[in-house]
Amino acid sequence: MSTAATATAAAAKPRLKTSAMIASIAGEGQRTKPAPFGHALVELAKARPEIVGLTADLAKYTDLHIFAQANPGRFYQMGMAEQLLMGAASGLAHEGFMPFVTTYAVFASRRAYDFVHQTIAEENRNVKIACALPGLTSGYGPSHQAAEDLALMRAMPNMVVIDPCDALEIEQAVPAMAAHQGPVYMRLLRGNVPLVLDEYDYTFELGKAKRLRDGADVLVISSGIMTMRALEVAKALEADKVGVAVLHVPTIKPLDTEAILAEAGRSGRMVVVAENHTVIGGLGEAVAGTLLRAGVVPSAFRQIGLPDEFLKAGALPTLHDLYGISTDAMVASIKGWL
Amino acid sequence: MDTTQLGHNVPLTERAYRIRRNAVLMGEVQGQGYIGQALDIADVLAVSYFHALRYRPEDPHWEGRDRFLLSNGHYAIALYAALIEAGIVPAEELETYGSDDSRLPMSGMAAYTPGMEMSGGSLGLGLSIAVGIALGLKRKASDNRVYTLFSDGELDEGSVWEAIMSAAHYKLDNLIGIVDVNNQQADGPSTQVMTFEPLVDKLEAFGWFVQRVDGNDMDAVVAAFDAARDHPEPKPRMIVCDTRMGKGVPFLEAREKNHFIRVDAHEWKLALDALDAGRTA
Repeated sequence: MSTAATATAAAAKPRLKTSAMIASIAGEGQRTKPAPFGHALVELAKARPEIVGLTADLAKYTDLHIFAQANPGRFYQMGMAEQLLMGAASGLAHEGFMPFVTTYAVFASRRAYDFVHQTIAEENRNVKIACALPGLTSGYGPSHQAAEDLALMRAMPNMVVIDPCDALEIEQAVPAMAAHQGPVYMRLLRGNVPLVLDEYDYTFELGKAKRLRDGADVLVISSGIMTMRALEVAKALEADKVGVAVLHVPTIKPLDTEAILAEAGRSGRMVVVAENHTVIGGLGEAVAGTLLRAGVVPSAFRQIGLPDEFLKAGALPTLHDLYGISTDAMVASIKGWL
Repeated sequence: MDTTQLGHNVPLTERAYRIRRNAVLMGEVQGQGYIGQALDIADVLAVSYFHALRYRPEDPHWEGRDRFLLSNGHYAIALYAALIEAGIVPAEELETYGSDDSRLPMSGMAAYTPGMEMSGGSLGLGLSIAVGIALGLKRKASDNRVYTLFSDGELDEGSVWEAIMSAAHYKLDNLIGIVDVNNQQADGPSTQVMTFEPLVDKLEAFGWFVQRVDGNDMDAVVAAFDAARDHPEPKPRMIVCDTRMGKGVPFLEAREKNHFIRVDAHEWKLALDALDAGRTA
């Protein structure tokens, strides 16, 4: 190929950007709401003076800056020090305050794990941890890809774990986190966050899984952004006369085993658990354990999730295709399994 | 009743003697324990609980109390000894130390023991929690203070320096750190395991008001606690206490220094005798 031809080919296929610290997970043309976490927290804090906000040099990247601007006297910048962040939050909770703590999911779950474990979970402090860049939502590489955050957090006694799907769910989860007495970990989508669940007459309830649509052939059990994908998959497979039900499980812990068993127990359907997380220790294995312990055996059981390897750097759409968590890749996988 | 109303008719040296005695009795229950540390820190605890801290023995969660954090959870044997002497924990529980279903587990945990404000054990946590408590007390416009006892070995932990930096940043003049420099940690003398000196210079450079005292000199410890309380600058306060492992029991003081001092079965009684001998000295 001539140099000119190479240049033409390169021009024809626009180079995707890595977009390391993405401002939005939204697809092109998708409806979004800006900073749902920040705005919901500002709203909640009006009625709950005990709420304070803490971050470790990531206010702007977790939408906590909106709370900080509205409540400068209730915001604590702890510097790039995640262990201190968690310990100080424990101390503020010790004094009756309700700290909302933000950082990236990798730093809360990996860097500060012992501090979350000992100063927050073990002491059962009323600390709410909201973390951006959950799972594979950064193309920056393993340093910022929290592929294992759910596994780590759900292994901790006392810890409630939430993986919300969209802006509506985040808005509703914030007051629900506050209503729960005790530590909570929530995965956070920041910036312009997709708005999806308003089309499904949906209300978030802590600890509850909700069936968003029914289908006769496949049951997708999913959390977080994978529910958004699962709904797209279901629409796409309608054309192939494949009925896909979607059970959204935003609370990873405590797990709504009743709803999972009821749905998975309906005979004849393949169960596919889809999660933006390593296949080790997340929703997939939690569901598998639930089914086995109850003696519920679906016609087939499959996991869609991230592989047990350090993920590549690159453009997010490329990586989601590569690891099978894009809508197209999920459609292809499910068709292949049927 | 809070301690501001307590009669101060019992000398601090007698309080320290009783704390040491309680600790030795607990060590005897288990046949082991961090008795060397308990003996070295007894004077500091006597000053803390019978000179510096405000609290109500019958109401460990009294909002008006000063908070005392035990970061080095393995010193629980020492703190229990002080809590018993302070009337926060009944003396009859002493013999349950480290036993099943006891409120006095070997490593201090918040959920188990009245007066235990945090769960230690994993070292280096205390000062970070103290920063949050100090911020919280200021939010409540409380004039209470948060004291945090930690060990020289904990200075190896990076998180301790995160907390040290942030306490100065937030001008936490209601935070008083107490570091026990007994120069012993698990793998040997603390100064050899990881050089932390010159400690006073370092802490001052980080923006703290720092005093260094002989932690087994009662008058010096009292003066340091008073100065930490009264110091006018808006800085966090650190009291560096040089202490002697096994203090008050000469044969333990002389024993080859070790993080975990060996005490033979017959020696607990000898240790009590040694404390008694030193009681009036």
